[in-house]
Amino acid sequence: MVTPTENDLKNQEGIGPVTQGDKIVIENLSIDYGTVQALKNVSFSVKEREILGVIGPANSGKTSFLRALNRLNDLDLSVRTRGSIRLNGKDVFRQMDAEEVRKKVTMVFALPIPLPMSIFDNVAYGPRRHGVKDKRELVKIVEKSLQAAFLWDEVKDRLSSSAMKLSGGQQQRLCIARTLAVDPEVILYDEPCSGLDPISTAKVEEAMFELKAKYTQILVTNNVKQAARVGDRVAFFLMGELVEIDEADKLFTAPRDKRTDDYITGRFG
Amino acid sequence: MKISSQTKQKIAFTLLGAAAVLVIVPVIVIFAILIEKGLPAINWQFLTAMPRMGMRAGGIFPAIMGTMYLVLGTIVVALPLGVLAAIYLVEYARQNWLTRMIEVAIVNLAGVPSVVYGLFGMGLFVIFLRFGASILAGSLTLAIMILPVIITASKEALSSVPRSFREASLALGVSKWQTIRCVVLPNALPGILTGTILGISRAAGETAPILFTVAAFYLPRLPKSVFDQCMALPYHLYVLSTQVPNVNPKIQYGTALVLVGLVFLLNLVAIITRSYIRSKKQW
Repeated sequence: MVTPTENDLKNQEGIGPVTQGDKIVIENLSIDYGTVQALKNVSFSVKEREILGVIGPANSGKTSFLRALNRLNDLDLSVRTRGSIRLNGKDVFRQMDAEEVRKKVTMVFALPIPLPMSIFDNVAYGPRRHGVKDKRELVKIVEKSLQAAFLWDEVKDRLSSSAMKLSGGQQQRLCIARTLAVDPEVILYDEPCSGLDPISTAKVEEAMFELKAKYTQILVTNNVKQAARVGDRVAFFLMGELVEIDEADKLFTAPRDKRTDDYITGRFG
Repeated sequence: MKISSQTKQKIAFTLLGAAAVLVIVPVIVIFAILIEKGLPAINWQFLTAMPRMGMRAGGIFPAIMGTMYLVLGTIVVALPLGVLAAIYLVEYARQNWLTRMIEVAIVNLAGVPSVVYGLFGMGLFVIFLRFGASILAGSLTLAIMILPVIITASKEALSSVPRSFREASLALGVSKWQTIRCVVLPNALPGILTGTILGISRAAGETAPILFTVAAFYLPRLPKSVFDQCMALPYHLYVLSTQVPNVNPKIQYGTALVLVGLVFLLNLVAIITRSYIRSKKQW
């Protein structure tokens, strides 16, 4: 829940300035769980169609940050959010409702969560709820989404079988296909490969690369190497603060902050 | 004397096992007696004919149908009400004094003796709302009685649906209500059915709540509307056993067997439905 002060509202009413190419602009974002501050006054922006890697040790606030972007934090009543997040210049807390935000900014979770229904129904789930009834159109959306998530060839002959029977890696790509089916603009990944073997991980990463053509992607990961492989830019969070954000090459070869250097070389965390 | 821990364990297991086995003894004894003494009474005529000669002969057809009507009426009222209440409590209600009051009320409703429900039903539905002694009044009374069972079971079933399913759906921009309808409810259905089974069995077998609200002492015809009285198996059994002299015990036991069989049948239908739904879900 958001409790903006009067001053906040005055400053942030209306559509704010957007730099060319900025998809998401985060300003003074703070998140509290009860008395614990998970994120402290973070400001930066995410560029159109980039993959932003977000790294940091446990309790660094990276997941809280991710869940603020599509307002999933709203579900937890103990969460207090201050500051603003603008998507395409529109304030997601004050100018959009949660469903609208989540449809544009979808999320792939740490563990694959196929819904207990068929592969087809899983992918068609979002479009159906958003009012697509035409069977042929659904078939088209499902095929397109599964192809984009690199799963089509593996499942095209058994679309009506249960999604629970797929392997972990396939399930995770199914979840990606499911988010693509609602035609989002931004895809959030919350440690999407933490439960996957290296080959499945490679396939998920491959899918992310291909999706760059169309989507802005933010990847929270515990795996520093994965952030280096996949990310165009990488942000390093530590204890609720944004320590550093830079091009992946620069951040990993010549970090400006000592703490970043310590983390990526494995001296802590 | 010193007993080795091995021996102690054996004694403990034996006692535990005996306690568990003991539970099935009354069930077997009841069924054995009912079948032995009641089965000879049961034939097609007994099940489909009207009672004759002051219930000393003929069948128990109106009582069977009456109980069916009451069970049906009870489900129609209690199931939607109970499930909707459970959805509100689990998915929407915040923890405050109102929800705590509701929870306390549910627990207390479950503990009220059935005869009190009977008197309450008579006061509210029969007299105050002028439904008279009728299927409507009886069904409403039974529905209130089994409401706590259905609400409690439905709440548990809803809470047991993983939170991750809800988040996966919400993260696609699907609204909360759609999430509940399309993801949570289908997965909670088996649990909800279980609660309903328990409630129905109780509703079908209770005598006290229908005593003042619907049950007819002797009515050798079928009810024509929900405002009619009807006979019902549990009350009929009570009447045969205590109010009518010189009844052939065969008829009494036969009636009891039919009542137990009917409850058993209802349970069976619900259990089969439940396992069918369960077999189609994969987590």
